[in-house]
Amino acid sequence: MNSPFAASKPRPEFRNIHVSQILKYKLPPPGMVSIMHRISGAALFLTLPFILWLFDLSLTSELSYTRLGDFAAHWLVKLVLVGLAWAFLHHLIAGLRFLMLDLDVGVDKPAARTSALAVFAISLPLTLLAALKIFGAF
Amino acid sequence: MAASPNPAGIGTKRIVVGAHYGVGGFLLQRLTAIVLTVFVLFLLLRVVFGGPLGYDGWAGLFVPLWMKIVALVALLALFYHAWIGVRDIWMDYVKPTGIRVALQTLTVLWLVFCAVWSVQILWRV
Repeated sequence: MNSPFAASKPRPEFRNIHVSQILKYKLPPPGMVSIMHRISGAALFLTLPFILWLFDLSLTSELSYTRLGDFAAHWLVKLVLVGLAWAFLHHLIAGLRFLMLDLDVGVDKPAARTSALAVFAISLPLTLLAALKIFGAF
Repeated sequence: MAASPNPAGIGTKRIVVGAHYGVGGFLLQRLTAIVLTVFVLFLLLRVVFGGPLGYDGWAGLFVPLWMKIVALVALLALFYHAWIGVRDIWMDYVKPTGIRVALQTLTVLWLVFCAVWSVQILWRV
């Protein structure tokens, strides 16, 4: 057995990956954008009643508008709002990238990698900006 | 989406059958995404660059009938968009038919509930 392949250890195979393998499975940037798009979409879906309730408070009356302000003054609520801002911004910007890919723009591997990194490069600073605004830095 | 180069003509005799619900859902999810992007950018630009609004300015935005209708169309686009996305999640991860149908039914009820609520929110201003 002098074959050069004999010494190399068997490469890990991922076919239908099991839940227990998720943390060991290293996703490339386009994969990260994709799964984050799904997670942020699911989060926005689950918090729809909360968002509509905030919208309702903001519109119903001057009194409810003030109550919304008092409610949003709590740090925990602010933290949730930052989370929602991230989910929204990532979903929006990753979604624009997917629309671009649907039109066959930038589907080759290097371009797809660059645009995936661009999604994070845009959505994360915008989230930081939103967080600073929510916590009253400006 | 766009046709890939196919010089050999492979697959050109394939007969496509079915009701094409999948294609319809796929295209409407993209269309609603564009509607939502335009509406959100419009609202964000108005709120961020229009100066401090206060209650009167903010609620005033939604007083004209055309704005109520535009906002409702955007919200209905959101609920349809969410339906396709959440349906895809259930189809990807939940295999037993009974549980999947139950989850899909709850999703539709949840979204219809939100749709009716948003009509009430908008038309109360």
